[in-house]
Amino acid sequence: MKLFELSRVDDPDQAIAACAKAATAQQGADIRFIAGGTTLIDLMKLNVETPQKVIDVTHLPFGKIETLPDGGLKIGAMVRNSELAYHPIVRKDYAVLSQAILAGASPQLRNMATTAGNLLQRTRCMYFRDTAMPCNKREPGSGCAAITGVNRSLAILGTSEHCVATNPSDMNVALAALEAIIHIQGTKGERSVSIGDFHLLPGDTPQRETVLEPGDLITHVTLPPSAPGSRSLYLKLRDRASYEFALASTAVVVTALDGKITRARVALGGVGTKPWRSTEAETELTDQLATEAVFRKAADAALRDAKPQSQNGFKVELAKRCLVHALKLVTQTA
Amino acid sequence: MSDQNQKEEKSELEDGSQFAKSTRRTFLSRLGMAGLLVSTRPMIGESARAESPAPSTPELEGAIPVTLRVNGKKYDLRIDPRTTLLDCLREHLHLTGSKKGCDHGQCGACTVHINGRRVNSCLCFAAMYQSDEITTIEGVGQPENLHPMQKAFVSHDAYQCGYCTSGQIMSAVAMLKEPCGPEDAEVKEFMSGNICRCGAYQNIVAAIQSLRQGTAKEKQA
Repeated sequence: MKLFELSRVDDPDQAIAACAKAATAQQGADIRFIAGGTTLIDLMKLNVETPQKVIDVTHLPFGKIETLPDGGLKIGAMVRNSELAYHPIVRKDYAVLSQAILAGASPQLRNMATTAGNLLQRTRCMYFRDTAMPCNKREPGSGCAAITGVNRSLAILGTSEHCVATNPSDMNVALAALEAIIHIQGTKGERSVSIGDFHLLPGDTPQRETVLEPGDLITHVTLPPSAPGSRSLYLKLRDRASYEFALASTAVVVTALDGKITRARVALGGVGTKPWRSTEAETELTDQLATEAVFRKAADAALRDAKPQSQNGFKVELAKRCLVHALKLVTQTA
Repeated sequence: MSDQNQKEEKSELEDGSQFAKSTRRTFLSRLGMAGLLVSTRPMIGESARAESPAPSTPELEGAIPVTLRVNGKKYDLRIDPRTTLLDCLREHLHLTGSKKGCDHGQCGACTVHINGRRVNSCLCFAAMYQSDEITTIEGVGQPENLHPMQKAFVSHDAYQCGYCTSGQIMSAVAMLKEPCGPEDAEVKEFMSGNICRCGAYQNIVAAIQSLRQGTAKEKQA
């Protein structure tokens, strides 16, 4: 690990000023915020991240979960994954979020990882994590070793000729289906970005993963009020039953009345270069009867643009079946 | 039994030959105690030194002053900012009960409690936890005063080589306060962050369940 200067900030303005001098807020940033440390310290040990300055933001006042006047939920950036997953309102009104978080990592890591940190969780692509290998995300222009290498666990949606790395987060998939809004404070004031716009496709700049600029600090995430009569579910398929990243996962939020779907939100995980919202699947489901044939049509639509790599063709069918099964479970009448 | 045999047995015990009647279980639990005793000595030294700069810590370029509270004791140290909480505990405070397995937050051998919550100490920079209460296996129980979870691990033979055991116990103790359901399957899920290379999982689950069910029965009674 490269030596760095560690400092602690106690208010957001101090944090923003300290980080605004960074050359980038993306891969290889020279100044980094640190909270849970579960991604950053891991990558610093591998010399994938080599910040000169690390700013401890764990003492910023962003640790609360609050209900909003409109019935939505405000989740502080510093709320730990375990607190969020076990919060009674989250369990009741946003079950998909609780389930997604609890499907990821281990209890220890969930006690450490924060809401904002999880939004910025980095890919598990082994070439990204190995500085001896070429990787366009880690070192732009060096090439992608995964495309011709071991790519079984990598993405089939949103890929480019430069990068096929999967976004590994479970939480982000649930946030996509819940249409979360990310609130950011930066050098130019406050702004909010929808989860769909927050993460970027790799294109020819895979080192840029989010819209964050130097000095940008995520302060909180808001969720709209849960849709009346809706039910939600997270289903994750993986090589091990626990403590493993998704090969394919899906977050669904569905409102059905007398067997007819009136509203559907669908997102996929483990298959996309970013948390993958599928409006195509949602369109196929809306105003249709909750039948397997309809679910299958929605799944086909969600994976229509899938481009499998040499080793992960199985993910196309796996993701489809994952979505069909999740839709079956969530529309089952009690 | 003949008088002669009785005499021999007695003299063997009087010799203080503790390992004469060792079973694998008692041997391992004694090993655990030995580990604790070894780690206790420097601890006392450290706390005595805490008033002056710790002489055992060589002065490093870029070292920063750090104050930690571990197992109820305060330590003033100068450490490299890269020092993880795990390395700080083991190399600076000589609390070697917390183990280094993968050093990347995957195996759970380094599990400690920060303010009562279990974390992977290998993914913490020590300098970030100066206002927190840190508890390690040494703070959970001592050979003469084992935590009920430690006793349960011993009586259920919930280890083989013992390397992951302190992490397993730290997780198991924290788990008692977490919303884990009553079934074995739920215990397995809650313990999934602790890997046991020997595969002592069945006995680990049995040890935890015996304590949980015992506690549940006490509550009912």
